[in-house]
Amino acid sequence: MKNLISKKVIEMQPSGIRAFFDLVLGMKDVVSLGVGEPDFVTPWPMREAGIFSLEQGFTSYTSNSGLMKLRLTISRYMKNRFKLNYSPENQILITVGVSEAFDLVLRAIINPGDKILIPVPCYVSYGPLVELAGGIPVYIDTKPTGFKLTPHLVNKYAVKKCKAIVLNYPVNPTGVSYTKKELLALNRAFIENKLLCISDEVYDSLTYDFKHTVFPTLPGAFENTVYLNGFSKSYAMTGWRVGYACGPKDIIAAMTKIHQYTIMCVPIISQMAACEALEPSGQRSMNDMKREYNRRRHYITRELNSLGLKCVPTQGAFYAFSSIKSAGLSSIDFAKQLLKEEKVAVVPGTAFGKNYDDYVRISYASSMDNLKEAIARIKRFINHA
Amino acid sequence: MDEILKLLENDARMTAEEIAKITKKSKAAVKQAIKKYEKDGVILKYKTVINKELVCDVECATRALIEVNITPQKDVGFEHVAERIYKFEEVTSCYLISGTYDLLLVVEGKNLHSVARFVAEKLSPMPNVKGCVTHFMLKKYKEDGVILKHREENKRIAISY
Repeated sequence: MKNLISKKVIEMQPSGIRAFFDLVLGMKDVVSLGVGEPDFVTPWPMREAGIFSLEQGFTSYTSNSGLMKLRLTISRYMKNRFKLNYSPENQILITVGVSEAFDLVLRAIINPGDKILIPVPCYVSYGPLVELAGGIPVYIDTKPTGFKLTPHLVNKYAVKKCKAIVLNYPVNPTGVSYTKKELLALNRAFIENKLLCISDEVYDSLTYDFKHTVFPTLPGAFENTVYLNGFSKSYAMTGWRVGYACGPKDIIAAMTKIHQYTIMCVPIISQMAACEALEPSGQRSMNDMKREYNRRRHYITRELNSLGLKCVPTQGAFYAFSSIKSAGLSSIDFAKQLLKEEKVAVVPGTAFGKNYDDYVRISYASSMDNLKEAIARIKRFINHA
Repeated sequence: MDEILKLLENDARMTAEEIAKITKKSKAAVKQAIKKYEKDGVILKYKTVINKELVCDVECATRALIEVNITPQKDVGFEHVAERIYKFEEVTSCYLISGTYDLLLVVEGKNLHSVARFVAEKLSPMPNVKGCVTHFMLKKYKEDGVILKHREENKRIAISY
């Protein structure tokens, strides 16, 4: 039979660790630190709002841009919190998680051959989505600069036909984040190099050591940034699939155009539940979860460091990026052996970029009891090796 | 509330070492703080939350909420009467409340009969007790912030980005 699959998709790099994932999924009694989502169930106020919307018979489409109530809530939240004026009419788009929003921005701005800068290690979908949109991802390795993007790196990599840069902070998989001072310098570099900033701040509420600075609040950044956020991580609402994009009218309009043909709209029940997240009760639940993550962060980084699996200093999200150099194994072998011998699952560093074979991502979105058990097992594993 | 207290309130078995790691303090500092809390009576005791519905041979299987109307006394108000009441070991909790009644008691007994006997023979005849209303508890859903249900199993997939 003729090969029906498009060249572009055939050429897309498959995730090299798929087989490892299948191995994990087939095993029982695994303590998994490989999960990229909160271990909390969505707090009750949001779940209750979802149930209420079903009960009331809200089962229809919404406007393409999203429920006006949710866009208004987000607009008000952005204004009250960050003094940012995004019009709910034409500067906010509700999407199926940040994932869709990210795909939409790329498809809205990329002409064939346009380059998009991506600091790595990064979330797995950035590169492939740029390729699917017809662009060329240009990866910036941040390892030499302590896993942080610097203006110097931006200047070095921003060549001709570079259209935009993807900034994600706190970073999945490292947990690194940026201070306001660092962001000010980066913003200047972006503007000087005429780079649109695609700022994925989905972990913004989970910043522990300093206040999270929202990128579009920086001087000159408002017009030059597409701000992406969502409810999945901060509010433990991964399965509801609600994200949003805020940005310049023309880009949001272009994104909405694609969104209306592909997705139509985000499920209304999810949108109604999301409205509740930005209300005081939702905020309270979020703060409780954040406090718990921070406790675990202290615990897990201290334990891993003492085992010689030195973590990149974390400021946010719920990940520790741990160096496995001392074990003398590749990240995939380390993960496989740890899984086989002690039934602890972690994600090999190569999932996030080819240069990170001496790292594993450890998620502390797991109960304290699980973390304690995992640490005991890792300790045993290290001492055996 | 201090972070150490919050952690212990949630899990009384947490060791000083674990607390030290979580709060980024030294083990000695945590031990000292806990000792002081115990000495000052901030920490009164460490206990375990048991879902008694799953334990067959419990001695205190029957619980009742009792609203009590009492006559306050000169100088000491409700305190003295409350003390006389809460000293009974059947009374597991005692609160002074606003509204129609003055005291709210949680009373435990082996069975309905023993709780009824406590009300009829001990509580009601007390000189300052003007009246009381007893509500027997039928089912416990949530207590002290704990939902009395088996831990829910993990519904997440084991690996995700």
